[in-house]
Amino acid sequence: MNKWWWKIACILLLLYTFIAGLNVFNLSVFKVPRLPILYETIRNLYYHVSMWFTMMILFTISVVHAVKYLRTNDLRSDIRSRQYAVVGIIFGLLGYGTGFIWAFNTWTDPNQSQVASFGAIAKDPKLIGAAIALLIYAAYLVLRDSISDFDKKARIGSVYNIFAFAFLFPSIWIIPRLMESLHPGGNGNPALNPSDTDARMRLVFYPAVLGWTLLGVWIATLKVRMAFIKEKKLLRK
Amino acid sequence: MKQRILFFFFLITSIAAFAQNDTLEMADTFRSNGKIYVVVAVILAIFTGIILYLIRLDRKISKLEKTSHL
Repeated sequence: MNKWWWKIACILLLLYTFIAGLNVFNLSVFKVPRLPILYETIRNLYYHVSMWFTMMILFTISVVHAVKYLRTNDLRSDIRSRQYAVVGIIFGLLGYGTGFIWAFNTWTDPNQSQVASFGAIAKDPKLIGAAIALLIYAAYLVLRDSISDFDKKARIGSVYNIFAFAFLFPSIWIIPRLMESLHPGGNGNPALNPSDTDARMRLVFYPAVLGWTLLGVWIATLKVRMAFIKEKKLLRK
Repeated sequence: MKQRILFFFFLITSIAAFAQNDTLEMADTFRSNGKIYVVVAVILAIFTGIILYLIRLDRKISKLEKTSHL
């Protein structure tokens, strides 16, 4: 196992996220703001939002490797680019799933049945934008893996990856903010703006983002190493 | 709808003013009588499982790398 330290850091940060995030020891430092509608679900910030942060970081690493492939024609960069994108999609799906649970319990209209009012919620521009972005990345996998010639596969895949990354910006950052949405963080820089988040929550939130990101990178590096072993003959050429 | 969003947004941005609001019912009893431990224990059980699996995979791949001289 090479370079252990960041894997240990990942485990410790995530342990901290679970223990401090749920405030097991009832410390006042980890108390969360008391807000109506949200109540304790505000703690989902440490988990749900971190998923999207991780997805964005993994997609960024993926596009960097795609550009690297196009500059150097090194097939290793293409393999890295593909594996980081897959793990990014997984984190995106987890972000979607956790967001679904959270929204189902906080956004629904109390005067209607949960299922009936969820129909209105599902039209939220932020949800649609995220779905489009994830589908475009899913298409990246389909496109890249359907080409059998390894050079063509790598080149077309890398070019498409850059397009998919560029499309993330209108679909999840710009369009949802131009429309009315129940999703918080439509103005300014959500989560990154220190005055948006309570100081006590930032104490857990930033380590949480780092921990989840390291977990994503860990999984991706395992997948990359596995792919290197699998494509050993190809890489030797 | 719009009013509710605005209300929500202002709540978030003016968190400092609301931090003292202790009248809202939260999971205080769940925490003070210690039952939150149960939830965290379950989460940690799942988490250790996943991490052990990852470490095992990592070791296996390291071994494969050695045998295949990468």
